[in-house]
Amino acid sequence: MNENGEPNILAFLCNWCSYAGADLAGVSRLQMPTNFRVIRVMCSSRVDPEIILYAFKKGIDGILVLGCHPGDCHYINGNYKTERRMIMLQKLLGQFGINPKRLKLGWVSASEGARFQEIISSFAREMEELGKLELPITEVS
Amino acid sequence: MAEKLKFAFSWNASCGGCEIAVLDIDEIILDVLEKVDILFWPVAMDFKKSDLESYEDKSIDVGFYNGAVRTSEQEEYAHLMRKKSKVLIAFGSCAHLGGIPGLANVSNRDGIFEKAYVSTLSTVNPSRVFPEPESIVNGKKLTLPEFYDDVKALDQVVDVDYYVPGCPPPPDLIAKAIDAIIKGELPPKGSVIANEKALCEECPREKNKKKIREIKRVHEAVDDGETCLLEQGIICLGPVTRGGCGARCIKANMPCRGCFGPVDKEIDMGASMLSAIASIIDEDNLTEEEQKKLVESIEDPLGLFYRFSLPVSLLRRVTLGGGNDE
Ligand code: SF4
Ligand code: SF4
Repeated sequence: MNENGEPNILAFLCNWCSYAGADLAGVSRLQMPTNFRVIRVMCSSRVDPEIILYAFKKGIDGILVLGCHPGDCHYINGNYKTERRMIMLQKLLGQFGINPKRLKLGWVSASEGARFQEIISSFAREMEELGKLELPITEVS
Repeated sequence: MAEKLKFAFSWNASCGGCEIAVLDIDEIILDVLEKVDILFWPVAMDFKKSDLESYEDKSIDVGFYNGAVRTSEQEEYAHLMRKKSKVLIAFGSCAHLGGIPGLANVSNRDGIFEKAYVSTLSTVNPSRVFPEPESIVNGKKLTLPEFYDDVKALDQVVDVDYYVPGCPPPPDLIAKAIDAIIKGELPPKGSVIANEKALCEECPREKNKKKIREIKRVHEAVDDGETCLLEQGIICLGPVTRGGCGARCIKANMPCRGCFGPVDKEIDMGASMLSAIASIIDEDNLTEEEQKKLVESIEDPLGLFYRFSLPVSLLRRVTLGGGNDE
């Protein structure tokens, strides 16, 4: 949770499609929640599963990973690989007692500003409902 | 002749296999005993905790601690061994990573007690008697070590100098470690005494960079005996596991389950393994739906990918109770 009591949301956006889409949403002045932070990556497949687990451990409540639509990946197949990882990760999160909905994968192209707005807004609402992610104390001496 | 080195062995949340592994170095043990005095080894000789306590601090040259830390007694031994030993070695997967006992981090004390003392079919315990740290019997107080909710690897409790990995550590590695100690040729502090590279590097199986279209469990597969198990669709943790065991499971036609732990700089075995699996799915010959189905078919990623390393993984344990995610 941030200082306003809202969930901390992290959005990994791929350089070629989703980041441009988010940018378009911004310059089009679309209304969006403010409790998310963007990390730009060259490709959604750059988001190593270790990064996701680490972010949850460090107090992030929800993570969005957005990439190019299937077939449109700048690197041909990075997004498919991401999709397979996310499926396994969501199952793993469920086993760890973390609601798999806290991790979401989506596709946003460079021209889809409105779609970005819709995805980030509905994700923020969902995270609001889930509230703070309560992990056990995982730091050990 | 130079003064003999002094060793101590302490066993904790373990199965006893690590102790047997020490004896598995066979006749080498006789050479070792010429150069080494054993000051504490409860599994093999009559020693009491008071013996260990009576030694001066740092008077033991090398302390071997095997087993994970799950009770107050094991925690006490961790501190005691640290205090009395110049060099403390986490010996075997459980001390190194939490090991099989570390899988108990999917539950907690209440859950484990409920299973072990109530709900198993062979248990009759209507009055729900559980082990308690203190109980009064005939006016006398009896005590037992406290059973913790959480299982820890040794270095999550005390400072550790070296790790000898494996479930159990293979005899040649033990002999190598002891030899290095005797000769004073130990690697830098914090080293895992095994190979630096992943198991696949030393695996004798043929590797063809083949992508997979199926994922099979061991009992569902007919192994050809030659090609990489992963390429045959049998999940093998070789790519994310430190080498040094001589690929002993693979040579017995079983996939690696990761007992040597992660390689240097790898943070989380589960995260790394699921990346590895995602990378070898045959995209050219499977539709997107088929690809998704394939990875969904892995039934128990937590148990499979963190078989030996749950307590040292990024998330360390399953969240139970109190959270809002159940
Ligand atoms: S994945 Fe397993 S079978 Fe294949 S090369 Fe690596 S260790 Fe050997
Ligand atoms: S093959 Fe894997 S599980 Fe088997 S001994 Fe080696 S590291 Fe351990």
